[in-house]
Amino acid sequence: MTSILASDELGPQGRRRVRIATVVSALVLGAFVAVALIRLGQQGQLEPELYTDLFQAAVWRRLLTALVKYNLSVALLAMALSLTIGLGLALGRLSRSAWVYRPLGAFVEFFRAVPVLLFIFLANFGLPQYGIDLGTFGFVVVALTAYHSSVLAEIYRAGILSLGRGQSEAALSLGMSYWQSMFLVVLPQAVRRMLPAIVSQLVTLIKDTTLAFIIGFSEMLREGTRIAEFLNNRLQTLLLVALIFIAVNYALSRFATWLERRQRRRYGGVVTPAPGTLEDPALLDQPEVATVR
Amino acid sequence: MLDIVGEYGPRLVVGLLTTARIALLAFALAFLFGLLIAAFRVSPVPPLVRAAGLYVTFFRNIPLAVLMILVFFVLPDLDLGLSGFWSAVLALSLYSGAYLAEIIRSGINTVAAGEVEAARAVGLTFTQVLGLIVLPQALRSVVAPIGSLFIAHTKNTTVAALISAGELGDFTRRAGSASANYFTVALLVAIVFVVILVPTGSLFGVLERRVAIKR
Repeated sequence: MTSILASDELGPQGRRRVRIATVVSALVLGAFVAVALIRLGQQGQLEPELYTDLFQAAVWRRLLTALVKYNLSVALLAMALSLTIGLGLALGRLSRSAWVYRPLGAFVEFFRAVPVLLFIFLANFGLPQYGIDLGTFGFVVVALTAYHSSVLAEIYRAGILSLGRGQSEAALSLGMSYWQSMFLVVLPQAVRRMLPAIVSQLVTLIKDTTLAFIIGFSEMLREGTRIAEFLNNRLQTLLLVALIFIAVNYALSRFATWLERRQRRRYGGVVTPAPGTLEDPALLDQPEVATVR
Repeated sequence: MLDIVGEYGPRLVVGLLTTARIALLAFALAFLFGLLIAAFRVSPVPPLVRAAGLYVTFFRNIPLAVLMILVFFVLPDLDLGLSGFWSAVLALSLYSGAYLAEIIRSGINTVAAGEVEAARAVGLTFTQVLGLIVLPQALRSVVAPIGSLFIAHTKNTTVAALISAGELGDFTRRAGSASANYFTVALLVAIVFVVILVPTGSLFGVLERRVAIKR
């Protein structure tokens, strides 16, 4: 995609300037890479074994097992729970009674202002103080659900509000009850609009699972540091861990973008203003979504 | 809770100040990176477009915890070791820089094409068009997302607990285990974040209305 700035046809002078800039910037970037490689070489980080060690099946098996068994499982489970709780929170916030929406609004704002890491501490060290023991896996799921259900509540709310009143008014005038119109007419359409945002939120969730590293959870980052210690190649193993995460998240982000484009094409325009394009839960608060501020 | 405040209050304040320093320093750097990367991405120079795209893909998809660990534990292997504090600043600024670049780019795309054409027509160069015409308008239209990013960014400072940077996340961990009352300590820190971030959010709301371009 070319930007509006690069789209116009250049004259002879402009073309020359672009050519010069291309050569110079390529040289500078090349020099940058060269310096990095020289530095790596000087510090003995380019020894082939440091890299070939990573191609053992055991390394990949352990990393990918940790990824699927811990990072992805926790993320998916927390997503399923957050989708459910988030729906409840969103419906409550859209309620007409101030007794319902005020406290829920405060609740959502409070939870969204707290760092995820604190939820992990609260769950993992705080809950056992009250005699609750869910195991590390359970605590991580609880912590991530506590945070992400508030974010999803905002996504639901934005999705429902983006639909306009016509839909629910039409349903009500057909004689449907409030809940019938919500579950049969409004939500199915709202959820479709929210899909890209939900997928992007899943990316954030997967990233957040690595925070459980700090409580000794055996997710892929922890597994990576163990392997790195064993193979004595910290840089290479951790870079591999990073690249695996990036590959998974990049694929999901692309999927979210694809969903969004398809949605636009099919339903002409309105897609819930997604963390989709910006991909962070907090970026949800774009003007049209009016949320936590 | 009061006894916890009494005993750990001073250390909590130190942690809070460290959080503030990391957040502000890293955000200033991130803004610099973001502007630069966004400018590269909209430039007509292919190598810069590629490099900027790579930067954004890498830093937006890497989990922050992985990035922090990489910066803190791997740079020393290259004889470029940084303290916990500066590792946190560097990792966070690289990370938030990628998001800022995307936000600024989306702001650039909201500027009407006619503005650019008019500027080109009077003979301004790419840098002039970007710096004098496009960016001033683009930035004003993205105050809200930048505010949200700043809040997320401030919350993200707690990830520096992984590398013991002395900020609030680190404080929670230390005071939590020392006091044997983790729940109260973590709750206290959570309240500190709410007390700081909710007003920060409204502040950005005010700023947004102030600078909004009325069309």
